[in-house]
Amino acid sequence: MGLFLAQAFFYASTPPLKYTYLMKQIQFIGFQSILVIFLTGAFAGMVLGLQGFYTLNRFGSTALLGPMVALTLIKEIGPVFSALMVTGRAGSAMTAEIAIMRNTEQIDALALMGLNPYRYLIVPKLLAGIISLPLLASLFNVIGIFGGYLIGGRLLGVGQGTYFGEMATYVDMQDILGGLYKSLSFGVLITWVCCYKGYYTGSGAEGVSKATTQAVVLSSVLILVWDYFMTSVMF
Amino acid sequence: MITVEDLHKSFNGLEVLKGVSFQVEKGEIIALIGRSGYGKSVLLKHVAGLLRPDKGRVLIDGEDISSMTGKKLEAIRRRLGFLFQSGALFDSFTVFENVAFPLREKTKLGEEEIRKKVLSLLDHVDLIGAEEKYPAELSGGMMKRVALARSLVINPEIMLFDEPTTGLDPIIACAILNLIDSLHRRFGFTGILVTHEITTVLGFVQKVAMLHEGKILTVESPEQILSSRDPIVQQFVTACENGPVRYH
Repeated sequence: MGLFLAQAFFYASTPPLKYTYLMKQIQFIGFQSILVIFLTGAFAGMVLGLQGFYTLNRFGSTALLGPMVALTLIKEIGPVFSALMVTGRAGSAMTAEIAIMRNTEQIDALALMGLNPYRYLIVPKLLAGIISLPLLASLFNVIGIFGGYLIGGRLLGVGQGTYFGEMATYVDMQDILGGLYKSLSFGVLITWVCCYKGYYTGSGAEGVSKATTQAVVLSSVLILVWDYFMTSVMF
Repeated sequence: MITVEDLHKSFNGLEVLKGVSFQVEKGEIIALIGRSGYGKSVLLKHVAGLLRPDKGRVLIDGEDISSMTGKKLEAIRRRLGFLFQSGALFDSFTVFENVAFPLREKTKLGEEEIRKKVLSLLDHVDLIGAEEKYPAELSGGMMKRVALARSLVINPEIMLFDEPTTGLDPIIACAILNLIDSLHRRFGFTGILVTHEITTVLGFVQKVAMLHEGKILTVESPEQILSSRDPIVQQFVTACENGPVRYH
């Protein structure tokens, strides 16, 4: 798996880059994930707003609801949830697509044309993951923060100025950058695992189904494990 | 010229190729016959450099493709065309895009030139009108013809055909083989044709090699194969169940 990733980075860093394929993948991994990110971001923020308000209320600190929602989203929930959503929506499709191409000899056909399958199939997905994940996580955070305000502010009475003002006081650039670094590394992780599982799939429908399941499970577990390591190093 | 020397290959302890050797001269087509599941496609994939042998080598014009990697392998593969058993068409591309793909990716031809070349080739394989169809909308015979057009679009010096008529009715199968024959006359490629349509191909191939139990049993001219006294060859050519080769 390590060699697979090293090769993918090698071909990503040497020309030619297949821009058309890259744009298609950004559209697939990034743009087409916006709806699911919007929905999960909104509800994650609303739950945080609700739970956060009742918890902080016990200590008489509801004024800190804004920073609590924002920091939880920016540092943890945003990068991790968006990565899990992309794994479920795009990662599984990536694995299935490559696995079917492998089983129907389309990858061999590419190689036999003297074309490098990594440049056409793996590199565009890897780069699209690196570009899309931080953007999707940022969108998740913004929607989540407004979701939290909708509940905490509009429904439960925390003032707009308090919610956003305290947020501006307590959230600094390092928190935001930390979250972005996480989602960037998740972009690599998801595309790496999902492409690898598809590229080295077993044969037939069962092989494709196993590869897809393994890709989603392994990516999801690795996202959480890697999140812990990054958190322990960065924050 | 293709030279296969003492090729050995095992999968999970099962020895499929046990020292295969033969030669194909420039411009000739050799038919590779033998029982199903006994390594003909594996042998062809070695010639294309898709599989690496455990022992032995494959030389293309004196260069060992089995030990090549990277750009050198890509360069030699640009001289090859391969017609897969399944066609291996890109299912997200239309017929036109499939045939145009090698030209768009490997040449500097303009879109107009590519269009002319693709349409001329599609005309040759009788597929004008199907340009905008996707592989899922094609019949088996049409898929094979598109795959044939795609593999020939860059005028390869060497063509490898992996059972081009499998799963087709006898009339379409005969039409595909005749098409290969006419394209060979036109383009003059060197070829290896894995087939079970022995009587049909004998008319246009220069040699026939029989792969049996992991080795080349015989390489002879079509006439010699037809009159062979070898009971295994005879059984195969006459398609007879009774003989030294038992069905299990």
